[in-house]
Amino acid sequence: MTATTVAPPAPAPEKAKPLAPISWKAPIGYGVVGLISLVLFGLLPADGQDSTFVLSTSKDFFTIDPITVPAKVTAIVLSVIALVLAGISWQATRNRRKVGAWLPVVFGIVVVLAFLTWADAGKSSPLPLTGLLQGSLFLAIPLVFGSLAGLLCERSGIINVAIEGQLLAGAFLAAVVASITSSAYVGLVAAPIAGMIVSALLVLFSIRYVVNQIIVGVVLNVLVVGVTSYLFSTVLKADASTFNSPPKLPTIDIPLLSQIPIVGPVLFRQTILVYIMYVVVVLLQIFVFRSRWGLRLRAVGEHPKAADTVGIKVNRTRVRATLLGGAVAGLGGAFFTVAAGLAFGKEMTGGKGFIALAAMILGRWNPVGALAAALLFGFSDNLQVVLGIIGTPIPSQIMLMTPYVVTIFAVAGLVGRVRPPAAEGIPYVK
Amino acid sequence: MSPTTPPLPDAAVPPPADTGTEATTTPDESRGQTAMREILASSWVVTTLAIVLALIISGVLIAAADQEVQDAAVYLFAKPADFFSAAWHAVSSAYVALFQGAVFDSTADTFAQKIKPLTETLTVSTPLILAGLGLGIGFRAGLFNIGAQGQIILGAVFGGFIGFTFDLPPGLHLLLAMLGAAIGGGLWAGVAGVLKARTGAHEVIVTIMLNSIAVYLIAYLLTTKPFQNPGSSNPISPPIPESAQYPLLLGDQFRLHAGFIVAILAAVFVWWLMGRSTIGFKWRAVGSNPHAARTAGISVNSAYIWVMVTAGALAGLAGSAQVLGTDKVLTADVAASFGFDAITVALLGRSKPFGTFLAGLLFGALRAGGFAMQARTGTPIDIVLVVQSLVVLFIAAPPLVRAVFRLPAPGTRRTRTPRSSTKEVAA
Repeated sequence: MTATTVAPPAPAPEKAKPLAPISWKAPIGYGVVGLISLVLFGLLPADGQDSTFVLSTSKDFFTIDPITVPAKVTAIVLSVIALVLAGISWQATRNRRKVGAWLPVVFGIVVVLAFLTWADAGKSSPLPLTGLLQGSLFLAIPLVFGSLAGLLCERSGIINVAIEGQLLAGAFLAAVVASITSSAYVGLVAAPIAGMIVSALLVLFSIRYVVNQIIVGVVLNVLVVGVTSYLFSTVLKADASTFNSPPKLPTIDIPLLSQIPIVGPVLFRQTILVYIMYVVVVLLQIFVFRSRWGLRLRAVGEHPKAADTVGIKVNRTRVRATLLGGAVAGLGGAFFTVAAGLAFGKEMTGGKGFIALAAMILGRWNPVGALAAALLFGFSDNLQVVLGIIGTPIPSQIMLMTPYVVTIFAVAGLVGRVRPPAAEGIPYVK
Repeated sequence: MSPTTPPLPDAAVPPPADTGTEATTTPDESRGQTAMREILASSWVVTTLAIVLALIISGVLIAAADQEVQDAAVYLFAKPADFFSAAWHAVSSAYVALFQGAVFDSTADTFAQKIKPLTETLTVSTPLILAGLGLGIGFRAGLFNIGAQGQIILGAVFGGFIGFTFDLPPGLHLLLAMLGAAIGGGLWAGVAGVLKARTGAHEVIVTIMLNSIAVYLIAYLLTTKPFQNPGSSNPISPPIPESAQYPLLLGDQFRLHAGFIVAILAAVFVWWLMGRSTIGFKWRAVGSNPHAARTAGISVNSAYIWVMVTAGALAGLAGSAQVLGTDKVLTADVAASFGFDAITVALLGRSKPFGTFLAGLLFGALRAGGFAMQARTGTPIDIVLVVQSLVVLFIAAPPLVRAVFRLPAPGTRRTRTPRSSTKEVAA
């Protein structure tokens, strides 16, 4: 779906050309960001200000005292580390070596810490690091489910732009069913069904009637917004106590694990939806890449004709993958209502489905990658909330823009080439 | 899209099943039958029936949410007539209100008030037509630009800024503001075009991201001093002075402004550009088959860039119609949902200028009438979204509409219709 050269018909094999030209985009990118971090967060701010980070919550095994650091020095040290990482990347690029995924991850963490140190410098309120991470994971839930849904569909060759609609449908049905049965868990079971209905329409039109998949996706989004908003304005508003007052999913503390400082409250003091999310990510990572089902799924998405030749039912595989994807996205939709404990509202998903699409691409159609990208977006989302509380010189709108800008850079190939499944978006007609 | 695969199927080109008039006459069929079959199989009939089907399904939704219908449904088997009359009343009153709010209000007192809905429809259609024309160009060149929302916003920002900041003579001021709007939209879309051409970044993702960035950008700009009314901190710009406003076409009592003329001229221009000019020929060639176009010596990359810039410029003009004509002030909500509605407009119009124009009028009418319907019968305007999306879905899948209404498929003899149509759709 993204980031391809239009020029050569196929990436030339390594043997044919002795050496491909070195791409300096990555090290230059790291260097520029590192320098900006050094100047903006380290050198420019005034001396003598401190930043405080709160690391633990009251329920932990042992409490870690809030850490107070001199802002300027810390930011300079962190920025220098970032520049060293840029140097490593530069060295690796020159020697045509590949660096692992650790480098961008560590680089990101270091720069973000430098930024946080700068943002909290001289502020009276400490920065709640645990709360920040906990909220990030929370906000990332719909993005993770959405990007996994997109991944399932696209690995099979169906472009799913209707993630937004599937999330919204899931949120709607979860709220209504949970309200009627007064059980958040029943709502959670209903949510995937709504997503599957949207997926069923998607496959009906894109496979049976061979309509352009992006068109169907875009239109289905409008349809779901229309239907849910309409029912919200009529049925749900008329009797909100019966139809639109979903109970909240309880937070489940996992014994022992939830009391580990920092990690515990972030990962193991969440609702069941988050635990389902862990399971889905792990299962998909294994099944997509290590199982017969996954191999067939990817074969259908990469080269349907070859898959068909060996007897794999191409369209049946696609239909199943898309329905499963819809179910996953619908489950993610439950986040907005039963997991967040909110009543359904018009267009309450607010473009999260599109960010999920971006997370999928940034994660290179890979479950763990999608998880990481979704967490990144969740983090920047929550960062803006937290910084809004402690006060920051950066306007919140600019903060909110960041994930989208990052995505554009990502699809433009600045963080490495992303390659979508080859047969994506192309209907298979025997 | 990978390099080895063909581009997205061109949304502009109707599916092969829909090309219409290739029916072969056979001796055992009279001329009249042939003509009848051709009419039934034509895309116009499908379009009309798609709209009818969408209205029927939405009617079911309207009836289902109606309180009286729900009450009557309780004793449906005892008194079915009650149920059907309640349902008929709910649906017909909603659609009558929709029509009265969109075209001709027979309940109003004066003639001016009676035709006011029609002028409202034209006003609302203006941005839809302009942005839809731009998107249509992109679809025909094989670019799925869903960034009209962002391009409208940037157009409104540029046009509005020129409008309320400078003090220029009338006429020149308006022209400059329009030019600014076109440049603003064109630049924003150009980002996606350049990235597509240079790096192969898929325009769908880039334009979606640019939409969100534009939303936050205008929200941010409206918190800054140059974009706010002096002495106020509300996120609203100073009003557009009269010198930069589109002149009203029918006097003060109607909102219809010269932006609609711009939309008509733009439709004619796009017709000429895509149908009669060399540039348009090249762009369509790129849309049909970029590899063949490249082989023929057409620069595909520059086509991608300029198609996006042109589409963005038209969307920017749509933004100018809002800020310089309808709203006369710049707010964060200037683009409303026009950007996404314009996609359905372009799809419904099959990306052709005239079709887009008519589709824009239809969706403008639905929107304008929707407000009246909401006010008079309490049916929420959201139902309009349902109608719009269903229309586009059905139009995109002619075999479905034909199956529902049992129409013959084009290019088939009557006796073979069932078999060949299943073959056609089973793919």
